[in-house]
Amino acid sequence: MSGPSSYQPSNGFMKWMDARLPLPRLMYDSFVSYPVPRNLNNFYTFGGILMVVLVSQIITGVWIAMHYTSDAQYAFESVQLLRRDVAFGWTMQSWHAVGASFFFVAVYIHIFRGLYYGSYKEPREVLWILGVIIYLLMMATAFMGYVLPWGQMSYWGAQVITSFFSAIPLVGESVREYLLGGYNVGNATLTRFFSLHYLLPFMIFGIVILHVWALHVTGQTNPTGVEVKQKTDVVPFTPYATIKDALALVVFFIVFVYFVFFLPDYLGHADNYIQADPLKTPAHIVPEWYFLPFYAVLRAVDFNITIPFTEIILMDSKLGGVLAMFGAIAVLFFVPWLDTSDVRSTNYRPMYKIFFWLFVANAIFLGYLGSRPAEGIWIPLTKASTFWYFLHFLVIMPALGRFEKPLPRPASITDAVLGKASGAGTAQLEGAAAAPETKA
Amino acid sequence: MSDHQTSDHDAGKRDFLFIATGAAGVVAVGGIVWPLIASLGPNASEQAAGAPTEIDVSAIEEGQQVVVIWRGAPYFIRKLTEEEVTAATEASQDVFRDYAPVEGRIASVEGSDAKWTIIAANCTHLGCVPTKVDVGLDGWVCPCHGSIFDVTGRVTKGPAPVNLPLPPYVFASEDTLVIGTDQA
Repeated sequence: MSGPSSYQPSNGFMKWMDARLPLPRLMYDSFVSYPVPRNLNNFYTFGGILMVVLVSQIITGVWIAMHYTSDAQYAFESVQLLRRDVAFGWTMQSWHAVGASFFFVAVYIHIFRGLYYGSYKEPREVLWILGVIIYLLMMATAFMGYVLPWGQMSYWGAQVITSFFSAIPLVGESVREYLLGGYNVGNATLTRFFSLHYLLPFMIFGIVILHVWALHVTGQTNPTGVEVKQKTDVVPFTPYATIKDALALVVFFIVFVYFVFFLPDYLGHADNYIQADPLKTPAHIVPEWYFLPFYAVLRAVDFNITIPFTEIILMDSKLGGVLAMFGAIAVLFFVPWLDTSDVRSTNYRPMYKIFFWLFVANAIFLGYLGSRPAEGIWIPLTKASTFWYFLHFLVIMPALGRFEKPLPRPASITDAVLGKASGAGTAQLEGAAAAPETKA
Repeated sequence: MSDHQTSDHDAGKRDFLFIATGAAGVVAVGGIVWPLIASLGPNASEQAAGAPTEIDVSAIEEGQQVVVIWRGAPYFIRKLTEEEVTAATEASQDVFRDYAPVEGRIASVEGSDAKWTIIAANCTHLGCVPTKVDVGLDGWVCPCHGSIFDVTGRVTKGPAPVNLPLPPYVFASEDTLVIGTDQA
């Protein structure tokens, strides 16, 4: 990947293989000898964690699918049977459901890490865009998976989300009918969601391979944002990154399995233990926590957009809300070009640092607002918070890059980690593992 | 000279073959994609189940409503009280976001004083089922995103862009309502 391959086949068979299908060489170059910056901190371990979570979701998913019936009449019961009658069914079901939540925990940390350290900036735009595509696919997969148990929240979530498509002018209703396979959410909807829920993770897997490929072409960013310049800036992936990732993975999974075994329903909704009922809307439909900020954006637009001083409606509130919500995700695609600063790491951007943490706080607050009922003080707060979300990307990001005076950056990663006395890199490798994040 | 002519001739033949193959390819792709998409729509039994449905409304008292299912979606059939009819009729036009005259929203049958409102029970915002809380302007309230409709389903507040739609319906007799068609 970077530089010529240093792979040496260890025996005759490997030599024979290397001349025919050099897969071991690819693995060796990608995950053993591959050079990573020596100053990566713990926030850089979430890429590896996400890969493991994806594989664990696929394995548990394939297994629980063996016990699942994708028929509106039996789906709800088959999930209950899985949890009660199948040996370890409760473990696998809970692992899969909690796993979806923790997938998003990890991906949000991963995305915020990318935003903080400028991982989307030249030359990593394609890497970032592939990441946003994975995130979109994850959302589609998670949504369809949540419909499968066919509880009240499953049904009404499907009702709400599929009616986004009926907001499309002229053809909206037909598009929705073809999505649902009927005039309303029903059996046909459930079976096709099951089919697609099974397909999409493999598509995610494919894009993840492209994501890692693009990463290995440009190399990782690092907390200083200074590109790798010399040999002493990097350490080999194995053992340094492998061990660091493995430790982070263990810590992550300790929290994860605590939820699986002791709080399996904490992140879900009690309403989903009631079978889907088309006649009865739950008092308070809320999506899963990881969709809440976007749900708040959707609800923020409750007004028609008219031509000023006339009654002519340009866009009704429904289409407006749906466009705002998709816009909140789509804006991520343009982040590499919206950020005009050529300083990668926020550590060296004193003003942007403030706005970055404001953005994080606002995104969390937006999620909280999404969980509140649409009434009273929550409505203006939702509008303000949505406004700030877009302001951050569309005004603050482009403007700050022009006005802000960045702090002086180190000449190289080696300088940042080992001080000015460079050169004795290999002798001080312990220092590299200590994650010298320049937070102080 | 004759060689040159032959190659010109061949070039013409190749162009033709290229275009013909391309055209056949486009037709083949279309022929594959068409059934794939067509299969996603409502199937024949779904369409058959979507035929008009008859409802006996004789047992409904004033101020009561029933919810019926047609095409998998719920519809409200409410027999209006005099109070409700007055409130809907006297409401100012300004409070409605998608104003529609009240006459079109209230149904009645020849030979009977009963006034009915027959409306789709899925909020026009995102499809939740509104709950009835009050007579008059705050008739139906959607629990999901707070849209409010008057008793005849006309939107007054919240994110819903338009009124609750009216299904096609017709009274076959004083006691029999047919939803799904407006032809008697």
